[in-house]
Amino acid sequence: MASGKEIRGKVKSIQNTQKITRAMEMVAASKMRRAQDRMAASRPYADNIRRVVSNLAHAHPEYHHSYMKEREVKRVGYIVVSTDRGLCGGLNVNLFKRLLGSMQEMKGKGVDLQVCTIGTKALGFFKRVGGRVVAETSHLGDAPSVTALIGSVRTMLDAYDNGEIDRLYVVYNEFVNTMTQAPTVEQILPIQAETVDDEIKHHWDYIYEPDAKEVLDQLLMRYVESVVYQGVVENIACEMAARMVAMKAASDNAGNLIGELQLAYNKARQAAITQELSEIVAGAAAV
Amino acid sequence: MAMTVHVDIVSAEASIYSGSAEMIIAPAVMGEVGIMPGHTQLLTQLKPGEVELKMPGGEVEYFYVSGGMLEVQPRSVTVLADTALRAKDVDEAAALEAKARAEKALADQESEVDYASAQAELAMAMAQLKALDRMRKITGRRG
Repeated sequence: MASGKEIRGKVKSIQNTQKITRAMEMVAASKMRRAQDRMAASRPYADNIRRVVSNLAHAHPEYHHSYMKEREVKRVGYIVVSTDRGLCGGLNVNLFKRLLGSMQEMKGKGVDLQVCTIGTKALGFFKRVGGRVVAETSHLGDAPSVTALIGSVRTMLDAYDNGEIDRLYVVYNEFVNTMTQAPTVEQILPIQAETVDDEIKHHWDYIYEPDAKEVLDQLLMRYVESVVYQGVVENIACEMAARMVAMKAASDNAGNLIGELQLAYNKARQAAITQELSEIVAGAAAV
Repeated sequence: MAMTVHVDIVSAEASIYSGSAEMIIAPAVMGEVGIMPGHTQLLTQLKPGEVELKMPGGEVEYFYVSGGMLEVQPRSVTVLADTALRAKDVDEAAALEAKARAEKALADQESEVDYASAQAELAMAMAQLKALDRMRKITGRRG
């Protein structure tokens, strides 16, 4: 039987845990707001560059860039965006599940896979399950810069240029709202021209300076970087939201647990008092 | 009133300027270009320098860009500014670094501090659950 002191000790320890989870919840809530702002701040660039690229796909350039041409899929690359830290519920696990589904499908078709990981969790995951990790970036912090991503993205683009991969996907959590994060596998390369709007079925082309190849190279590289950056920023907002929800659940659970333990403590105390009383009464009766 | 064109100056991390201007002077790689409203479609690279906007009121505003792209449509101009200086060799070095990091991380199984701490966290949570279970049994028996 647990004595009163034992139970009290446990209540104390759970209270301490609850304090931590409460603090983490509040920190995550404020960080989430900032992450959402950052998400909003990066949107104009992403929208604009997407518009330019879609204009390009609809225009009739004299030069067709390899990023826009479909080719037979024999090898596929994934850029997997994960969090650096844990304690954020099932966020990473759900993402990896979604990713594994996609990878299994590819493997079924006899396609080779290679992976570029962003965030320590993805790296740890591929270390455990095995997989060809060709590039890695982690410890981006809460305010990632595009500069930090250049290396990893460049590795994958080089692989695409050299024909080592025929398709490139980015895998990240899409921020739907605070309660919902949707694991997403999005194709970046080759760039899929969105369905042509009737209004913009024009027959014009840009003037390129200095020449089409150089300008397109640079533009499309920035496009890919922007898509990946957007994914990273969105994933951070997801991480904070998921952590906030997970920590709220943990705090609530701790509250329930404390309640239960308090009840057990009171009962144990009452039992001890009753026993003592009956002993005294029995002793008095014996005299 | 003079004709104006809509200008967006954006970088990957933030929107810098959005509004109308009478003329845009930008540092393109082949030399400075001045864009007036109704310019034909143009796509060019920018080198580090100042983008100058002539506002409808006659004022002039300057924005520093560290390179990027300039897209011109007859009615709108978009500057996709870089957030940092970019050079081919720097990019390549960054790529090599990312590769090296991956190789190192894969080879070095023990350096995964995060994995270890996650395991410790898991063990702690399991212990707490077990304690809870035991407590439940006790209260169940007594109540």
